[in-house]
Amino acid sequence: MAAPGDAKERERARAALIGGVYSNHVALAEVLADARRRGIEECYCLGDLGAFGPHPDRVFPILLDYRVRVVQGNYDHSIGNRRDDCACGYTDPRDNHFARLSYRYTFDRTSDRWKDWLRDLPVRLDFSLGGKRVHLCHGSPRRTNEFLWESTTPDPFLRKLFAATGADVIACTHTGLHWQRELEDKLFVNAGVIGRPENDGTTEVGYTIIEAAPERAAGVRAEHVRVAYDHARLAAEMREENLPAEFIATIETGWWTSCLEILPGKERARGRF
Amino acid sequence: MTAALLPPGELDTLWFQVGGTLCNLACEHCFISCSPENESLPLMTLAEIEPYLAEAEALGVKEYYLTGGEPFIVKELEAIVARILRQGPVSVLTNGTLVTQARAARYAQIAAAVPYTLEFRVSIDGFDAASNDAIRGAGSFEKAMRGVAALVERGFLPIITATQVWEPERDGEVVGGFFRELRARGYARPRLKILPRLKIGAEEKRTGGYAAEERITPEMMEGYDAAQLLCHSARMVSRRGVHVCPILVEDPRGFLGRSLARSMVPYPLEAQACYTCYLYGAICSNASSRVAADAAGY
Repeated sequence: MAAPGDAKERERARAALIGGVYSNHVALAEVLADARRRGIEECYCLGDLGAFGPHPDRVFPILLDYRVRVVQGNYDHSIGNRRDDCACGYTDPRDNHFARLSYRYTFDRTSDRWKDWLRDLPVRLDFSLGGKRVHLCHGSPRRTNEFLWESTTPDPFLRKLFAATGADVIACTHTGLHWQRELEDKLFVNAGVIGRPENDGTTEVGYTIIEAAPERAAGVRAEHVRVAYDHARLAAEMREENLPAEFIATIETGWWTSCLEILPGKERARGRF
Repeated sequence: MTAALLPPGELDTLWFQVGGTLCNLACEHCFISCSPENESLPLMTLAEIEPYLAEAEALGVKEYYLTGGEPFIVKELEAIVARILRQGPVSVLTNGTLVTQARAARYAQIAAAVPYTLEFRVSIDGFDAASNDAIRGAGSFEKAMRGVAALVERGFLPIITATQVWEPERDGEVVGGFFRELRARGYARPRLKILPRLKIGAEEKRTGGYAAEERITPEMMEGYDAAQLLCHSARMVSRRGVHVCPILVEDPRGFLGRSLARSMVPYPLEAQACYTCYLYGAICSNASSRVAADAAGY
């Protein structure tokens, strides 16, 4: 006899995928309200709750309130296990300078209760959507801090990831830029992030809705949704907390000003800095 | 002494020594002593590369690098770049002196037609003609800067690489100098990668080789993240076949046969150049590589 949970598995036809939150509790509340207005009940966060923004403890009650299921990001793993650095995967001294500032602030202001909660998050979540197997991870299925940019993630490499996971849909975040690619009967999604804008000169952030789509080869389609939020309020909080002016400029202008050296040329050329 | 044995990861990165050991310059710190006369490794053709590309596709390779020698002396380079870009991102390592306006324009067209990134890494050794040309030869600085400007004009963001031939105390002054010079020449947001010196090839003659104790022991690998080393997830292909990495192409210990799949075997880190990679991480990749050295206090 099927358990009630199984019945729910069968019914699931849509889900919201939310990328890195980076302590942007204002955007998180707005994005989840947007998903709820659309009637989406299943919300997943792909990890990296802290970094960059103010008051890291504020995101947790919102996630719990909306019953968001969360995958552990590299940031969450580091904070949860009381590590010395974020293990973001940056290699340039300038990127690492800002990463260190941000990590120290977030670490000091995340309470022990939530550090333990972060430590115990799963590194992957698998579920069924319209009969298709969906695999959620933070960076890539094989490494939490692997950057999967559109211009550096070739089809043969994705095929290898699909073969290794056995999934029909793989979704990740970590880079900060959303993209998707259909590959034969598979769908790969980078859900983007909601912690900061997408380096496109607008202040909006975005999340991704995946939906059962029997007419598509992969059986699932993905739609990236942009959401405006009170970014001025977030910027004001960041100022009060003395966070770096570079971080605040990104929230207010939509252009990335730090942690740029990791971008491939094709993605970086689209930004201002 | 027993060498540390590195277990292989997945093959993510594939290098091609398209330019062999032939180069229009003869830099006095070159780790494989490339020059206009060094034909130890010949140029490669697209036909020679194809079988390896087929194997790389099956193995799910993530990125490709073209080096030499100087890739721009390869007549087929444009065709090779266009072909590989259909399969994945490509980085071309060049001294920049042969990059003309017309060539930059053609590469911009090739890059615009594919989803994958095309990167150029231009190596120089000083932010002015005096310091650069002392190592790379008269006139090479101006020619490289013209190459950089041509690439920037076509929308590329070339990664400027420099081997650290100066003393570490001068880091700020030299790196700041690079940025000022590049901006003054119209490259508004320069990307810069500083490489450690590899004390082999011409550089060994210039400043002396590695000290006896500068090698990796099995104990040093305990708790070390093997993914930091390029040979964990990369291989180099030359006209001869498959080599463990771009550094050891002239070292018989670096030769691993003619099959990519069969080259992914545990590798003994016995060459002394391995010690530099141990300290600095994957020095050959596009990512800056100072992190491991910073952490080690170097």
